[in-house]
Amino acid sequence: MYDGGKIIAGIVIFLIFALFPIYSNIGKAYQPPKPKLDTPEIQKMVVKKCVEPKEYMIPEHMKLIVDWRDAALREAKRTYINSRGERYTISLQNTCMKCHSNKKKFCDECHKHAGVKPYCWDCHFVKEEE
Amino acid sequence: MGMDRREFLRLAGLTCIGIGVGGAQLFVRTKIASSEYAPPEERLTAKRWAMIIDLRKFKTEEDYKRVIEACHKIHNVPNIPDPADEIKWIWTEDFEHSFPEQMNPFIPESVEEKPVLVLCNHCGKAPCVRVCPTKATFKRPDGITAQDYHRCIGCRFCMAACPYGARSFNWRDPRPYIKEENLEYPTRCIGVVEKCTFCVERLAVGKKPICVEKSNGAMLFGDLEDPSSEVRMYLAEHFSIRRKPELGTQPSVFYIIGGEEHA
Amino acid sequence: MLEKALVGSKRYWTLVFILLGIIGIAFLVYLKQLKEGLGITGMSRDVSWGFYISQFTFLVGVAASAVMIVIPYYLHNYKKFGRIVILGEFLAVSAVTMCMLFIFVDMGQPSRIFNVILHPTPNSILFWDAVVLSGYLLLNILIGWNALQAEYKGTPPPKWTKPLVYISIPWAISIHTVTAFIYQGLPGRHFWLTAIMAARFLASAFSSGPALLLLLALLVRKYTKFDPGREQLQSVAKIVTYAVIVNFFFFLLEVFTAGYSQIPGHLHSFEYLFFGIEGHGKLVPLMWISIFLSLFAIALLVIPPTRRNETTLTVACIAVFASLWIDKGFGLVIGGFVPNPFERVFEYWPTLPETIITLGVWATGFLILTVLYKVVISVRERVGFEESAH
Repeated sequence: MYDGGKIIAGIVIFLIFALFPIYSNIGKAYQPPKPKLDTPEIQKMVVKKCVEPKEYMIPEHMKLIVDWRDAALREAKRTYINSRGERYTISLQNTCMKCHSNKKKFCDECHKHAGVKPYCWDCHFVKEEE
Repeated sequence: MGMDRREFLRLAGLTCIGIGVGGAQLFVRTKIASSEYAPPEERLTAKRWAMIIDLRKFKTEEDYKRVIEACHKIHNVPNIPDPADEIKWIWTEDFEHSFPEQMNPFIPESVEEKPVLVLCNHCGKAPCVRVCPTKATFKRPDGITAQDYHRCIGCRFCMAACPYGARSFNWRDPRPYIKEENLEYPTRCIGVVEKCTFCVERLAVGKKPICVEKSNGAMLFGDLEDPSSEVRMYLAEHFSIRRKPELGTQPSVFYIIGGEEHA
Repeated sequence: MLEKALVGSKRYWTLVFILLGIIGIAFLVYLKQLKEGLGITGMSRDVSWGFYISQFTFLVGVAASAVMIVIPYYLHNYKKFGRIVILGEFLAVSAVTMCMLFIFVDMGQPSRIFNVILHPTPNSILFWDAVVLSGYLLLNILIGWNALQAEYKGTPPPKWTKPLVYISIPWAISIHTVTAFIYQGLPGRHFWLTAIMAARFLASAFSSGPALLLLLALLVRKYTKFDPGREQLQSVAKIVTYAVIVNFFFFLLEVFTAGYSQIPGHLHSFEYLFFGIEGHGKLVPLMWISIFLSLFAIALLVIPPTRRNETTLTVACIAVFASLWIDKGFGLVIGGFVPNPFERVFEYWPTLPETIITLGVWATGFLILTVLYKVVISVRERVGFEESAH
């Protein structure tokens, strides 16, 4: 093998960098974020329910939000009738965030954990939280 | 192995394409069963929305200011001092520059110096919609030229196409220039084009555009295709003009100029 | 074959590193633009396209001009162009790449570029421009690379590239026609709303592109062992001569239409560009320089001794390129926006960051060109060029 030493050294350096996330986390307990639901609006609810069941919302909320967006903006269909037959006004700012007013705890922690940066908040306001 | 480097690279390329196609499947939506989307019941509807601006009824500077500020406030339109970066949905321009094709040195001074409210004309044949490469600006069935800020790539072809200078681009972050935020309505972000929307968010809840509401009757709003609508009756009784009609864009904003009031 | 670009003289590497340096600085400035927005440019609400889009427009012309070498060689069997046809094709590759980069740096939301493909909109000319430009890039890479590879191996080029060559001819015309359509189909922009726009674009392209190619060929001859050939260069010079005259003629047609009809909308942009309106006339000196350079170049090119003399020919080609760069890479786009739809005058001038980013894109194109030409020259220096091989 030509330049065997250099090649092996190169591979070692590459592995040190490439495997950094793995060995730097070895032995640390995995702690998934827990989105909090204790906002004033949610506390007020007798039956605590989102527009769709939790099991659907957790994996699919991003797709639902995009569908909401397109329906409201592009088709002027601003009313969502959910699987229970209940009607909701489509609005991230005024419907979703009305209940989930704790953006930092509810949205950001999970998004940070998952390494996603939704651009919703570039435009959509969230009321200041303390 | 009967595979040379070239062959290997070719296969590797094909594999990448395969993975790409597979990956695209991830974007296919799973729609929840039995959910539906519907237009809000309380909405206002029309076949083609149109606006009349009766300039005779705009008497004082305050009359214009009230309308413009109301619009810019509820829509979080930033107030950027540098005219190069300005964002405007509705504003005033003098008669001569609003209607350059009407150039006439002998029109009454009262008209010549009259400020004209200008905004997006929601053209029947909108050049901006024709040129947009992503359908970010599109025609709604009710005649409104809408703008989807989520889809806009910021190419500004629509700004070149608009003969009315109605479109503004976010040359910088608008947020620091919004004095009083309306928390019910979003802002826009850097790099997208925006303009008047004929208040689609208000039509959806059964209200007319805010400028019309604040104009004290100087502006009218209604269905151009309905012969019995208020706007059609008004147009039948008063001589109206539109901006640059010779371009064939079919503006939906009509102006009543009138000049001197006659008893 | 690409490995030939990795071995080179000190001069070659110096050039590569200078270009990389410019690209690096420009990239940093681009990051700033990405963060702060296009507000760091001189563009405004009224002049909403500036340097980036005008460079794009100009370079589409340079890309399309490869066809002026391809047509004589493939359609008229003018074998002598076999020496330079690849230089034309690779110039096109580099120019189209720059075009795409200029579109990209001009976008407000570049991360959404795939929306153009995700939501294809056939009624938008920009959609078609994306289609024809990427097609043209692919065609030229395939044709040029395969031809060179064949030369390297001493075999004739693969048969399947022949139909591609024929397709590339109308395709080259299409890229510049479609680019002209971006402008000439807009109501309310009188300066652009002219049926002759596409024709004018092509005339300008077929003079500035071959002029650049001629200059590059002279550089290649001076600094390498590969000689593109005197007769070849003289033929290119004749192409430049015809095209630059046609281009000037088209310009005069525009001036006549506006000036004799006296329709204000048609007059205003010309007035702004050549005389200034209400004291606004930043572009006036540039536009007159462009006219002067065109006339000067026409004189040098039309008179046979000055066309044959390579020193004066070089001067003429620089003049053609500079003149048309000002005309199309600056005046044409800006002129269409001034005065604005309210007949008010707001001027445009590029800012420093905008200029650096523009230079960075040019440097990228020039780097691609350098690398591709290096490969061509290395192959030719090794194999030795025989016209009979084609």
